[in-house]
Amino acid sequence: MNTKQTKEMVAMILAGGQGTRLKDLTKDVCKPAIPFAGKYRIIDFALSNCTHSGIDTVGVLTQYKPMSLHTHIGVGTPWDLDRMNGGVYMLSPYMTEAGGNWYEGTANAIFENIEFIDYNNPEYLLILSGDHIYKMDYSDMLDFHKKNEADATIAVIEVPEEDVSRFGIMSTNPDGSIYEFVEKPKHSESRLASMGVYIFTWAKLRKMLVDDSKDTKSDHDFGKNIIPKMLCQEDRLFAFPFSGYWKDVGTIQSYWEANLDLIKDYSTLNLYDREWRIFSKSTINPPQYVGSEARIVNSIISDGGVILGDVHNSVLFPNVIVGKNSKVMNSVIMANTTIEENVIIDNAVIADDCTIKKNTVVSGEKDIALIGPGREISTNVLG
Amino acid sequence: MITNYMGVLLLNEKEIDLRSLTVNRSLASIPLGGRYRVVDFVLSNMVNSGVINIGAFIKSDSRSLAEHLGTGKPWGLDRNINGLHIYQYSPTGMLQGDIKLINNNLGFFKKSIQENVIVTRSNMICKIDYKEIIRCHEASGKEITIVYKKIDNADREMLDGTMLFIDEDGIVKETGINLGGQQEANMSMEMFLMSKEKFLEFMKMGMQKGLNESNFETIYNYAKSNDINTCEYKGYLKRIDSTNSYFSANMDMLDPELLSELFYRHGRIFTKVKNDPPAKYSHHSDVNNSLVANGCIIDGTVKNSVLSRQVVVKKGAVVENSVILQGCVIEENATLKNVVLDKEVTVKKNSYLRGSTQYPYVVEKGSVITP
Repeated sequence: MNTKQTKEMVAMILAGGQGTRLKDLTKDVCKPAIPFAGKYRIIDFALSNCTHSGIDTVGVLTQYKPMSLHTHIGVGTPWDLDRMNGGVYMLSPYMTEAGGNWYEGTANAIFENIEFIDYNNPEYLLILSGDHIYKMDYSDMLDFHKKNEADATIAVIEVPEEDVSRFGIMSTNPDGSIYEFVEKPKHSESRLASMGVYIFTWAKLRKMLVDDSKDTKSDHDFGKNIIPKMLCQEDRLFAFPFSGYWKDVGTIQSYWEANLDLIKDYSTLNLYDREWRIFSKSTINPPQYVGSEARIVNSIISDGGVILGDVHNSVLFPNVIVGKNSKVMNSVIMANTTIEENVIIDNAVIADDCTIKKNTVVSGEKDIALIGPGREISTNVLG
Repeated sequence: MITNYMGVLLLNEKEIDLRSLTVNRSLASIPLGGRYRVVDFVLSNMVNSGVINIGAFIKSDSRSLAEHLGTGKPWGLDRNINGLHIYQYSPTGMLQGDIKLINNNLGFFKKSIQENVIVTRSNMICKIDYKEIIRCHEASGKEITIVYKKIDNADREMLDGTMLFIDEDGIVKETGINLGGQQEANMSMEMFLMSKEKFLEFMKMGMQKGLNESNFETIYNYAKSNDINTCEYKGYLKRIDSTNSYFSANMDMLDPELLSELFYRHGRIFTKVKNDPPAKYSHHSDVNNSLVANGCIIDGTVKNSVLSRQVVVKKGAVVENSVILQGCVIEENATLKNVVLDKEVTVKKNSYLRGSTQYPYVVEKGSVITP
């Protein structure tokens, strides 16, 4: 009797990165755990995509300061991943009799978890990053991969010409097959950037990972080693075209912009689409209370808050208090932060659990003013 | 800390004055405060006080309540030991009394390890710490304790409720029905603490006397010739018994102090988890003195109102002094004043709907209002 379970596709989410350019925001948490859009964490988008795509087995590879991510994901209930058969697995680096190592590259991270993948015995493996914000149905990408009998399919998005030097750029034939791949080219005819979302036929990838692990000169990275080798070997590599909202919030500036963009009517990331809800671990709070003298315009505000002052063009996370006569403009205020009376906040990102004492000004004049988590501010901060 | 008390929730409550709000649901599952349901308060109060073995007795045609309670997960009651146990009964014409209800389900009491009970309903909205009440009850050395609140508007509120006349030792001398004849009264909150044994004795007594009414009568009668202790509760209290009191309970919550007392101090109020995005306010939104839940999209004017999840208020629409339940859409230039909209109501463009402050206009679930 064959009791070994088989899944068609298992997802592996790479969530080990720090995101150093996000400074204080990633002082205590890894990048995928950063709060976003008024109540989510960045990894909620990748996880919710898996839910909507019908993927019921997900490995989340963590490394840098993973505690808040582990706490947030738990057993995966919000994403329908608390299951008898399948589920979400938090995969950290581990020790064996032969010793152990930290993950040393994206391909190495997958290689170290071959046992987990083999246990689920999938035909296909989906690899994605936990730091990107976008909505995608991975089953469409799998159909594309199967139709092309591909060894690897890479999701690509068209980027503006001035941005090609920031991405890995694919050049494709009319049938979508990839014939060239250049990391961060100065100039390129093709503008198709790799999104870091891959589907591999597992048997093929498994062999490549084992071979790559023995190559001491390799960086054990998909973009630098695995994909170029597959191209060299003339394996069947295809580019799956994606269009729509896709963001990697790498800096404070881009983080602030991405949050505030959601307020605009033309925002292409629709959080209010009932057909593609973003699931997250929620706290239960009463609805926000908007006071008699409050004025809220063009903002996104989460529950549990008490707003007694003015809020313009801002994103407020749960349980934020805005005191009387205070003005919050063009800012992102994270959960449980209290802004006392007569305070001005402008062009700022204020993290969780802060207190901005009365009569203070926090204003980003040149750069976005950033206040890290748990701080108490009683003197003016001008960015 | 787990206590030696089990909870008994009698959720076959008097609903007649709540009319269309209870057409499709029990009183216990009426949405309240833009995010919760009536039963969330008593369940959360019990769980926060270490009462984690709770039997809920509900009508079998209460799909919304059964679905809301589920396995008790939101209140941490989906457990292998103790937890939430739901007992259903079919109402056969007449309102079935508590006594018959309990007697049909004695198994719950037999298999529970706790030796004492807290018996109550869901209609008293309050934030009570049962640990304090248990301390007060056990210190009294009496068999039974009733929780009460001294109110100063008994001429208008809690009519037909039971008044307690209490001596200087806190013992009940007499009980009466509040006919609205005075402003001050000690009103029973219909929360009773006693040993499990005593409680089952009352049930048996009630069966033998053929009482088909509330079993609380048996207890109030017992007070005439036996010492029943009282514990006073001093926090916020609202009994949900009519459209008026329901409306007023919602309006009371337009107060950050009360929100703090009810939802944050001494534990939270738990309810079923939902996944809604934050509320979105546009350029034209004009909101004051209101509660706004997640998922709302506001383009219009909202004053002195409670908006539940996923309510859409379009440009030019005006919502005043109203309670809007989940998923309603108020289209452009529609006006609502002193109104309660049940779930999924659509108010078409330019419509005008107005109730009076004392008698808010209640619109049934799913209705479409046209000008």
